Amino acid sequence: MAALLEVRNLCKSFGGVAATDGVDLDVLTGELHAIIGPNGAGKTTLITQLSGAQKPDSGRIRFKGHGITRMPAYTRAKAGITRSFQITSLVLDMSVLDNVALAVQAHDGHSFRFLKPARKIAHIRDTARDWLQQVGLGDRVDAPTSELSHGEHRLMEIAIALASGAELMLLDEPMAGLGPDESARMVTFLKGIKGTKTILLIEHDMDAVFALADRISVLVYGKIIATGTPDEIRANADVRHAYLGEE
Amino acid sequence: MIGFGKSSWVTLAIMAILLVLPMVFYWNGNTFYLSLATRLTILAIAAVSLNLVLGYGGLISFGHAAYIGFGAYAVGIPTYHVFYGGAEGIATTNGLFQFGVAVGISALFALITGAISLRTKGVYFIMITMAFAQMAYYMFLSIEEYGGDDGLVIEVRSKLPLVDLDNPMELFVLSYVSLVVAMLMVRTIIHSRFGMVLQGAKGNNERMVTLGYNSYLYRLVAFTISGAMCGFAGALMGNFSSFISPEMMAWSRSGELMFMVILGGTATTLGPVLGSAVFIVVEEFMSSYTVYWHLPFGLMLIGIVLFVRGGLMGLLVGKGR
Amino acid sequence: MDYGLLFIQTLNGLQLGLLLFLVASGLTLVFGILDFVNLAHGSLYMLGAFICASLTYLTGNFLIAVVLALPATGALGYLLERFLVRSLYTRDHLDHVLATFGLILVLDTLTHLIWGPAGIAIPLPDWLDGQVEVLSGVVVPTFRLLIIAVGLATAAGLFWLVNYTRLGMLIRAGASNRTMVAALGIDIQTLFALVFALGAMLAGLAGMLVAPITEASIGMGNNIIITAFVVIIVGGIGSMKGAFVGALLIGLIDTLGRSFIDDLFKLFVESNTAETAGPAVSGMLIYILMAAILAVRPQGLFPPKVR
Ligand SMILES: Nc1ncnc2c1ncn2[C@@H]1O[C@H](COP(=O)(O)OP(=O)(O)O)[C@@H](O)[C@H]1O
Ligand SMILES: [Mg+2]
Repeated sequence: MAALLEVRNLCKSFGGVAATDGVDLDVLTGELHAIIGPNGAGKTTLITQLSGAQKPDSGRIRFKGHGITRMPAYTRAKAGITRSFQITSLVLDMSVLDNVALAVQAHDGHSFRFLKPARKIAHIRDTARDWLQQVGLGDRVDAPTSELSHGEHRLMEIAIALASGAELMLLDEPMAGLGPDESARMVTFLKGIKGTKTILLIEHDMDAVFALADRISVLVYGKIIATGTPDEIRANADVRHAYLGEE
Repeated sequence: MIGFGKSSWVTLAIMAILLVLPMVFYWNGNTFYLSLATRLTILAIAAVSLNLVLGYGGLISFGHAAYIGFGAYAVGIPTYHVFYGGAEGIATTNGLFQFGVAVGISALFALITGAISLRTKGVYFIMITMAFAQMAYYMFLSIEEYGGDDGLVIEVRSKLPLVDLDNPMELFVLSYVSLVVAMLMVRTIIHSRFGMVLQGAKGNNERMVTLGYNSYLYRLVAFTISGAMCGFAGALMGNFSSFISPEMMAWSRSGELMFMVILGGTATTLGPVLGSAVFIVVEEFMSSYTVYWHLPFGLMLIGIVLFVRGGLMGLLVGKGR
Repeated sequence: MDYGLLFIQTLNGLQLGLLLFLVASGLTLVFGILDFVNLAHGSLYMLGAFICASLTYLTGNFLIAVVLALPATGALGYLLERFLVRSLYTRDHLDHVLATFGLILVLDTLTHLIWGPAGIAIPLPDWLDGQVEVLSGVVVPTFRLLIIAVGLATAAGLFWLVNYTRLGMLIRAGASNRTMVAALGIDIQTLFALVFALGAMLAGLAGMLVAPITEASIGMGNNIIITAFVVIIVGGIGSMKGAFVGALLIGLIDTLGRSFIDDLFKLFVESNTAETAGPAVSGMLIYILMAAILAVRPQGLFPPKVR
């Protein structure tokens, strides 16, 4: 399998803190690749550099064989990379459906269209509604986003990532703040879409990660200390020592 | 969304009153209210245009009075040259040319200053738009040929097909129709795909960029459209007052426009119109009582900021800002 | 080129720059620490001038008047903070702009009610009213030199205050972290009120210094406030250093531009074109400068590190 995303020697520091410290990473087409690591390891910072929201200090990022290191965030999104946010990031004063419809609209040609009411464009609205149905928010489409619960917001993040039609989804702790039931629902859902998309998943919940991932990379203090299948990672002494800290 | 809710009925009712009331007064021999209504209507167009960026785009432009000035000078300067010679290329009383220039120059100024201003956010944006408008103000202030700070009398009104702007009723009707068109335009724009992106970027710009929208460009287009519409209002204003001075572009004028939008209710179709109406009528009323009317007026403005959230539309139909 | 004129205009530019700094420093303090946009800052400048004018006639001495007018303007600022500004901290910048816009109308009209519509000239004591020969053949009004001296001294005082005192430390901490200051158990309300009063005093001082030259007049604050905004945009909003550098830059460019741009233009175009274009361009010069700086550095020359 070819690497959809290749990261080479990526570095970024804030003041003296090296949040990303020479990261090399390959995400293969179609895999679900998980990144685990303690709080403050630099997982979110890595995602923001991949999505283009922050610029790396040095290093290279290639997507589908093209260098995208200097590409602005919106162009990367157009090229097929999307992300979800650890801290929910939605347009709160729009309806649930509007939020997802904006994701569909983003890859339905340009949006410098001024005449036709966007809410009357059937194929966009229907597609958005389908995605909401899929994540289990089918009965909440018309609600104002601000009125949904935290768990529902997390699901919206996923629906939006899916609706954006991206090939590569960067999911930043989709289970953050969810109760056990909601988490289980999310895991089931991610299992369902696995294989249809390439996913880079950041997650704290070890059970979830080992259940879902094809491969796992372990990030500690901005460095990837190990990459492998769940079994390999489980057996890796460094990881046990440095991160899982069991023995 | 576009169906007939309570706010649509309120909008229709108020727009009908705005059309009929001044006409009734006029036909009963009272011309004052027609003139008041014309001024109000023209400023309402400016407020509607400002609402596109301020209300729906979340872009607090503190420089929209500049476009009124551009529009009015686009009438005044060609006319001036018809009477006093010079600049043969632009000397004309042709209204289509004048209104075209008003819209074109305003759009260009909005495009250029917007391209710089939109790179900044928050309070920087507020102050920069204000500073650019002030730049235009000083420019006209220093051009002696067009009267400098004394201003420029517009000797004849624009010559347009179909309407005679020297007739106060026709000028009012043209302004009113323009206002309705402006309202419909903004309404159409904000419901379109473009408008959804604009409003999405107001609510959460990071999200929109992540989705692949270059929100800078969308905002710049909205800013340019808004400037062009406001320039049109300026051309009407020049015809209405037959006079133009840099004072019309002063930052306090921009502040008043902003106030009209907030007072009426941002991000609503009728809000800016209602805001201009109340603003102008209260101003007229207070200033006829005392030269110190700015005192109660200023207190009223402060009170509105402190206590009336969501503007008058919020009070009328219960929609918060 | 007339070097005597150049020298005098440079001094004038310096004087304007320092006056601008007095206004802009208060503006930037209030914005940087209180996160409050105060359009009515120019009204405090005006009130400083009027209060000083009245006190000059009352006491018969300009300097005593200034010494008394300073705490008076400070107290005014304190009251404004206490009764209006404080309730706006939780609001967005748009509300700040609108409310202080209303406040300008109120303060301008109150000034009109108290002092009447006409401007008030302030007489200077004899020893300040004269001129000094600074270079052979170049004379400068003594009072202008005083303005420059006071401006520089105030700037030095402010740098000391912000960088080396406990209040300054709180001010800098407040700029970056409101909750931290509050967590330190410091009475943030008092701190904010004092900062606002300090800003009012600085603006008032500028007004007092300008009034003997131009007289105290209604609306005098409404022009300088915009230029002060340009200053802090150019310098970086919230930065004292930025306010200083920005103010001198704007003061010098504006003054020198107005007196020399005609000559400059005449080098390139015929002289009557230069005479029409000159004034138009010189009035716009500082805005063009602002645009150029922002195109390269959208946060100004010295953006504060944490916002
Ligand atoms: N914008 C920023 N400014 C300064 N430091 C930052 C910034 N973003 C992240 N950091 C620091 O970088 C490190 C990695 O943070 P982050 O990527 O959020 O970790 P994780 O997502 O793995 O918990 C932390 O030490 C954090 O404090
Ligand atoms: Mg994180």
